[in-house]
Amino acid sequence: MAPSELASATDPLAQSKGWPSIVADWSSDQRAFKQVSWGKAMMWIFLLSDTFVFGCFLLSYMTVRMSTTVPWPNASEIFALNIGGNDVPLILIAIMTFVLITSSGTMAMAVNFGYRRDRAKSAILLLVTAVFGAMFVGMQAFEWTKLIEDGVRPWGNPFGAAQFGSSFFMITGFHGFHVSVGVLFLIIVARKVWRGDYDNSRKGFFTSRKGHYEAVEIMGLYWHFVDLVWVFIFAVFYLW
Amino acid sequence: MAYAEPAVVDHAPPAEVPEVELYHAKTWLTKYVFSQDAKVIAIQYSLTAIAIGLVALVLSWLMRLQLGFPATFSFIEPADYYQYVTMHGMIMVIYLLTALFLGGFGNYLIPLMVGARDMVFPYVNMLSYWIYLLAVLVLAASFFTPGGPSGAGWTLYPPQSILSGTPGQEWGIILMLVSLMLFIIGFTMGGLNYVVTVLQARARGMTLMRLPLTVWGIFVATILALLAFPALFVAVVMSLLDRTVGTSFFMPHIVEMGEQLPYGGGSPILFQHLFWFFGHPEVYIVALPAFGIVSDLISTHARRNIFGYRMMVWAIIAIGGLSFVVWAHHMYVSGMNPYFGFFFATSTLVIAIPTAIKLYNWVLTLWRGNIHFTVPMLFCIAFIVTFLNGGITGLFLGNVSVDVPLSDTMFVVAHFHMVMGVAPIFVIFAAIYHWYPLISGRMFNQALGLFHFWVTFIGAYLIFLPLHYLGFVGVPRRYFEIGETGFVPESAATLNEFITVVALIVGFAQVVFMANLAWSVFRGRVAGRNPWRAVTLEWQTAEVPPGHGNWGPTLPVVYRWAYAYSVPGVEDDFVPQNLPPSQVKAADPSARAAE
Repeated sequence: MAPSELASATDPLAQSKGWPSIVADWSSDQRAFKQVSWGKAMMWIFLLSDTFVFGCFLLSYMTVRMSTTVPWPNASEIFALNIGGNDVPLILIAIMTFVLITSSGTMAMAVNFGYRRDRAKSAILLLVTAVFGAMFVGMQAFEWTKLIEDGVRPWGNPFGAAQFGSSFFMITGFHGFHVSVGVLFLIIVARKVWRGDYDNSRKGFFTSRKGHYEAVEIMGLYWHFVDLVWVFIFAVFYLW
Repeated sequence: MAYAEPAVVDHAPPAEVPEVELYHAKTWLTKYVFSQDAKVIAIQYSLTAIAIGLVALVLSWLMRLQLGFPATFSFIEPADYYQYVTMHGMIMVIYLLTALFLGGFGNYLIPLMVGARDMVFPYVNMLSYWIYLLAVLVLAASFFTPGGPSGAGWTLYPPQSILSGTPGQEWGIILMLVSLMLFIIGFTMGGLNYVVTVLQARARGMTLMRLPLTVWGIFVATILALLAFPALFVAVVMSLLDRTVGTSFFMPHIVEMGEQLPYGGGSPILFQHLFWFFGHPEVYIVALPAFGIVSDLISTHARRNIFGYRMMVWAIIAIGGLSFVVWAHHMYVSGMNPYFGFFFATSTLVIAIPTAIKLYNWVLTLWRGNIHFTVPMLFCIAFIVTFLNGGITGLFLGNVSVDVPLSDTMFVVAHFHMVMGVAPIFVIFAAIYHWYPLISGRMFNQALGLFHFWVTFIGAYLIFLPLHYLGFVGVPRRYFEIGETGFVPESAATLNEFITVVALIVGFAQVVFMANLAWSVFRGRVAGRNPWRAVTLEWQTAEVPPGHGNWGPTLPVVYRWAYAYSVPGVEDDFVPQNLPPSQVKAADPSARAAE
């Protein structure tokens, strides 16, 4: 490498645009992603790995749905709520999806206010996000209860293929677990923002590392991922 | 071929990565037990992996005793034999090889070789080890449960893995599945650390194309693991639900002992697809770190730069990518669409191309090199030979028409033991001997090392070459005893006895190896700095063995690639990666004339 090239690779302003800039980043020293912190890189790679987990779950669901010889239950009938004497198909799931997607919006606002050092607004929006998340899990618990009352079990159900209950409880349970973990961490991050941990570089209890407002954004990455996964679960489970 | 190094510049870009905030341990407990230092974690990982690996070694002796001398040992029942097979396979593949290469060598070498003070998230790294230890303990606990450990075979294929005819159906299979889930969670924590450290925390001047191939191998293997273990995780969760809750993900309608079971409608083939989507990349999760380590070791001990460095890197990446599209070659006899077999046979054979590139490059590195027959070098050469032998039988088994008659015979056992058992274990031995002076500060005993090498190397061939032959004459794998099976010649029994005797001898040679390491920690000759005269950063630390934070007050700056051996016109025959070009001493022309 000629010295002039080396010098230009170190100066972010002198860098080329588009694909050549990607090549320059990857062929440089120290970091492959120049603007990305360690925490953010780690979360992205974790989410990639987690995508494979959810991908395998959903593919397995599709496979057992095809392998079973018993007819698959009609999703829009089973997931209907009786409101005012009428069965409204998919109403609960529509509300759940709406709540979860709304929580992505409040999360994005929390990140924005965090970077503006508006502690109060950021913390409140994080808590609002957590409340939406908890509402989602609560409605999921309601839905599970209703299905169990109707006789749906992981090993069988009166409406058709046993794999319906198996995959439903497994996949929504695994996703609900992700949401619940997210709610817990949202509360922790909100507390840290409220207390000003990220302003006075207070060290973490376990890691003894200084915190940054970027933690809010990393939290957001996870949260948006959980929402995105839900869209796929919604599509292949409730609409198919 | 002349020494061809990428140009060296006496200039390094300014630092852009902030210093790592290290956790400075104050008590003995946080320094050596709950340590956040990658080097301590590496040793914890390695010792745990070797300890559980010894259990698997003893299980293999028991299996060999049964195969060599059937109906002699009354304490080996058929059920016991299947439990030995299962636990031996699972422990060796996952809890020993994966953990030792990635958790052990990865933790020790990545921060040192890329010039970082530690992994990027030491606390998560520490958790990774403790969850791995928990996984090992849960697995080991299954030996003490009613019914014993699972006897389903290491592939754990349902339906049989969870039906009552299989040993360990009560508790063994549950603990096995839970242990695998824990392992995957623990590994993911470590794996994220390895990947981010390589990508985002390298030293000044350390570009990706200056990384030692060891780091490349471990890095790509970790990515494979992060993308392949999810499939195993899902398979394990669904198996566990089938076993405990009574779901039917993998369970078809099935009649057991004349009784219709409540299962029905599941897909056993789905498990096989998920398992092998993990299982095949797993082969390369073990092999790629071995490839990388061998490349660095033969370069150091032959005093030659690695031949075709860039090609070696791209071959590692190509092998990693291809390993995700070959999994169903493990399922030729499972009942797939024949066109699938055609596709997977083709993709399998394509892997031979990057692998052959690597083999040729190793040989060309040795070609006219100044080969020092040290113990690590001998193990590396043994690896190259063994990997070639094992790889060639892989071409047999990758073809559907050849695989079908050979499937489920000892030929398959011999193949995967050569390519994935013996070959990577040789690299583990080479790596332990090579880095032992760095880790302990002392030299191992050469004579015992040579003894260990020759017994292990010759013994491995005496065990596994006859096993190929047994497979050809039709001896099936996983059989408790062959008995009077018409198609198996009686001579197979004699050969089995021979293999068993050799296996026991090779097994006991490992005791010499461990005694050598243990004795040398206290009594070995003090190795001093850089005894192999290597160029990579881990040998250039301020203190030996490297201390907390690795580098002392100043971080290293890298000026050249990791293969500056026998550089022409330079006084020494090697130039460390972090030696500024202005400080490289030119060779004395009069000394050269006297040569």
